[in-house]
Amino acid sequence: MKAAVLQFPGSNCDRDMVAGFQLAGLETSKVWHKETALPAGIDVVGVPGGFSYGDYLRCGAIAAQSPIMRAVAEYAEGGGHVLGVCNGFQVLCETRLLPGVLMRNAGLKFVCRAEPLTVVTTNSPFTQAYSAGQEIAIPIAHHDGNYQIDDAGLAALRAEDRIAFTYRDNPNGARADIAGVLSANRRVLGMMPHPERAVEETQGGAEGAPLFAGLAGALVAA
Amino acid sequence: MKAVVTVMLKQGVLDPQGEAVKSALGSMGFEGVDGVRQGKVIELDLADGTTEAQVNEMCEKLLANTVIESYRVEMGA
Repeated sequence: MKAAVLQFPGSNCDRDMVAGFQLAGLETSKVWHKETALPAGIDVVGVPGGFSYGDYLRCGAIAAQSPIMRAVAEYAEGGGHVLGVCNGFQVLCETRLLPGVLMRNAGLKFVCRAEPLTVVTTNSPFTQAYSAGQEIAIPIAHHDGNYQIDDAGLAALRAEDRIAFTYRDNPNGARADIAGVLSANRRVLGMMPHPERAVEETQGGAEGAPLFAGLAGALVAA
Repeated sequence: MKAVVTVMLKQGVLDPQGEAVKSALGSMGFEGVDGVRQGKVIELDLADGTTEAQVNEMCEKLLANTVIESYRVEMGA
């Protein structure tokens, strides 16, 4: 199984995401944003956290127009698996691979701490190793994590069971406490919390490890 | 030629930064500020002959996120 982690100017969680995939047994390479194609034979793309292009214009807006993201959009539309974390979630929303938008935190402060999340659905490659309703602690570190979506979009997410994670104690004003959402085909996950910062006990907790392990298991089975 | 693009959050979308500016103005003693909305102004230097339709396309594809933002284009001389 192979993973590719994108690297934009300003990405700063790419090495952590590589480590997360590697711990789950995936052979992982990095892909520079100017590349126009993904490596052959990959099973999942990781879009890491950070401040791509300095968050200029809007978080993720410039990265969404980069050459590699055109390849990622084609890959996702063809049924490929994509994990976007933090800035990666913002990039996936800006490319419209996921619905909604991430706005400035309602409290206007950058929030950085381990946050309790509820696993809402286990019906995805990313969440299948958890149990429904399970509470997990995953670090957040963001200034623009306030997820917003219109009424129709929210109704669709709920009807299709596409809310992956919610916050127990909403840290940023996100609508319906949403921390992570899935695409309609359930193969693209975007989330503000950082599972790759919780894959080994030395990081203060390993409750993000089942996300990578579950994903690796799903890719082997696929 | 120049064009000026103004990007604002749509009505009904909460603007936390605008709210913070409003609160600061109130605490400074400026009375009667009932609302503050913060947006951006983007000035474009364009080749002669660039059309408003082309600038609109730039707004739709990059300059504004039309999920939450509206934009206004003013074409200059």
